[in-house]
Amino acid sequence: MENAPILVVMAPFIGAYLIPLLGLWWERYCYWVAAAATGLSVLFSLTLVGSVLAQGTIYYTVGGWEPPWGIELVVDPLSAFMCLVVSLVSLLAGAYSRSYIKKELPEGKATSYYTMMLLLTGGLLGVSVTGDLFNLFVMTEIFSVAAYALVPMMGRKGSFLASYRYLILASIGTSLLLLGTGYLYMVTGTLNMADLAARLPVAYAYHPWVVLAALAFFLVAFGVKSALFPLHAWLPDVYTVAPAPVAVLSTLVTKVGAYSLIRVLFSVFGMPLITGAIPVAPALSWMAAAAILAGSVVALQQSDIMRMLAYSSVAHIGYVMLGIGLAVQLGLTGGILHILSHALAKGCLFLCAGAVMYRAGIRRIDDFRGLGYRMPLTMAAFTLAAASIAGIPPTVGFMSKFYLALGAMETGSWVLVAVIVAGSLLTALVYLRVILLMYFGAREGPQLKEEPPLGMLVPIVTLALACAVLGIFVRVPLSLVGPGVRVLLGM
Amino acid sequence: MTTVIIRTTARILAPFIQLFGLYVIVHGPISPGGGFQGGVIVGASLILLALSYDLASAEARAGHAIRIAMDSTGSLLFAGIGLLSLLAGGVFMDYGIIPLPLPAAQVRALMILLIGMAIGVHIMALVSTLFLHMAEDHE
Amino acid sequence: MSDLVIPGNVPYFISVALLLIGLYAMVARRNLIKKIMGLNILSTSVFLFLIAVADKRGGAPPITVPGVDLYVNPLPHTLVLTGIVVALALTSFALVLVIKIYQEHGTLDADRLMKL
Repeated sequence: MENAPILVVMAPFIGAYLIPLLGLWWERYCYWVAAAATGLSVLFSLTLVGSVLAQGTIYYTVGGWEPPWGIELVVDPLSAFMCLVVSLVSLLAGAYSRSYIKKELPEGKATSYYTMMLLLTGGLLGVSVTGDLFNLFVMTEIFSVAAYALVPMMGRKGSFLASYRYLILASIGTSLLLLGTGYLYMVTGTLNMADLAARLPVAYAYHPWVVLAALAFFLVAFGVKSALFPLHAWLPDVYTVAPAPVAVLSTLVTKVGAYSLIRVLFSVFGMPLITGAIPVAPALSWMAAAAILAGSVVALQQSDIMRMLAYSSVAHIGYVMLGIGLAVQLGLTGGILHILSHALAKGCLFLCAGAVMYRAGIRRIDDFRGLGYRMPLTMAAFTLAAASIAGIPPTVGFMSKFYLALGAMETGSWVLVAVIVAGSLLTALVYLRVILLMYFGAREGPQLKEEPPLGMLVPIVTLALACAVLGIFVRVPLSLVGPGVRVLLGM
Repeated sequence: MTTVIIRTTARILAPFIQLFGLYVIVHGPISPGGGFQGGVIVGASLILLALSYDLASAEARAGHAIRIAMDSTGSLLFAGIGLLSLLAGGVFMDYGIIPLPLPAAQVRALMILLIGMAIGVHIMALVSTLFLHMAEDHE
Repeated sequence: MSDLVIPGNVPYFISVALLLIGLYAMVARRNLIKKIMGLNILSTSVFLFLIAVADKRGGAPPITVPGVDLYVNPLPHTLVLTGIVVALALTSFALVLVIKIYQEHGTLDADRLMKL
């Protein structure tokens, strides 16, 4: 399957174009088209993983135009890893959506919901496989617009305002992304990432300020996309009003924002420029440390479950960014592994919170009293995912934080090690509060078992089990992350 | 607030605007312009009708279902040409190698014209839908 | 400094001015629609920048004509075209959101909306 790099992106896009047509007459088949399209993406991602592991980085030219003129897709181990994470989590979120949107979405929204979901997935996958800076911008805009549109789907109070704020903030970011791309094109005359990496050192010698301005633009753009601490203002409102599966997809959006930052920093600008000429990487790790502490502390104060999970996401994006900022092999491994562990665990938590709202109509954490007996399976999954987020062995969350701590020790910054440990403790506190209420809170009224329908339960349990299983068999994700990091660092 | 002057002018202008839009679409491969620009022009003619008459008469010329169908068909045609070149053994969007009884250069020219028209149809439906949807929502 | 102010650089200065005007409108203006206008000015400034990058003195439009061998760079033009499409999508969606916000809250004043 030498065409897998483009097919993994085109499957969701073609599905997204089919659904409006289908929705005119047979709205009930929209779900199956969406499931088939994401399922195909998962298959193509697996193909990509297989061929990357077998033969190394894959290059694919779209339209037969050779790079640097045409758009080139480059799939290295890290891209294949992102494709697999994005498509798998999207598939589970889509499967969950079927029962969820029947109850929670207004009548007649299913068609546009699935269309936007597929556009979002396609855009995220497009960012993951692209080797062209401008294509990165286009794909970023595609998934951003789809994300803005998905947020107010439920029509909750204030959801349009949340989406508007998200749009305004994020479009400042993407405008700067285009401007930064223009700056780099001005001094190098190319948009291909590999070509840029080769020409930037010379360009930096002649026009240092242009290159640095472009770097600053990229940092702001991807900082907004990934909700890095001072730029996270859009995130809590968006997660609070969005449908639960969309919140899961939004965590993928922040992850792909972090991935784009990795791509631009390591594959375009290169290590000498980001650590030597101007200390971007250390600055990034200090911002990340602030994010970890601030996000966790604010999460402790929340009374709404979705808002609590949202602030916890701000903290955990901090972990990913910390890994990027350390810019050493172990730290980067930990950061990228945390993309996986946080996507799985936070996805599971959002889906659990959605299931609780679906069945019991509860949002306030104080109302979680005794819920562990009403929804035993869902809450068991919640506990397992929370354990992974807090970094309790043997979950995958522990492994990623372990690697991060090792990386921080390698660079000798003990303050960062302390921040990682303190952040873990704070996260454990955040989730312990909910778990204690669930299992030990006083039970009132009749206690009926009300698990969510099977279509919602299966994704929840799958994600929770994945947190534990991948933690025990951490070699499996590491077999992709390890080579990916070596490619990034040029080892 | 539409007077008979506005309505008459719009009615006479609309076909010419649409013709110019089609011209921009089909001349896309060899001159400035193309599917997007032409599609916007044709879509704007529909918006002009909606503004000078009323929403209902614009809706009567191109209903919701027709616009959605055109929108999807346009994009599917674009993606389909890309996939056809895959099936013909090339890479995605390498539409020169689609087996037609014509020289390769002419196949390329034909396909880029088809793509332009597909985008034109798509954008035309999209632009008019954006406007009509917003206007309906506001009433 | 004075060697920066040459006629060829004027578009860049205008582009930066537009960028700042757009940013100011998005950040400081209270009316939600004016913020969208700011967004449009911001993206226009980026387009102007890209067009200015593409320009060559005496260059012809990038369509092959016999006898002409100096063309302006066509690639930034395609970037601008894509950017315009993106700006269209963003603007229209933002306007739909503004309509919905007005229906829900009855105001477009950002300060008042934040207090709700």
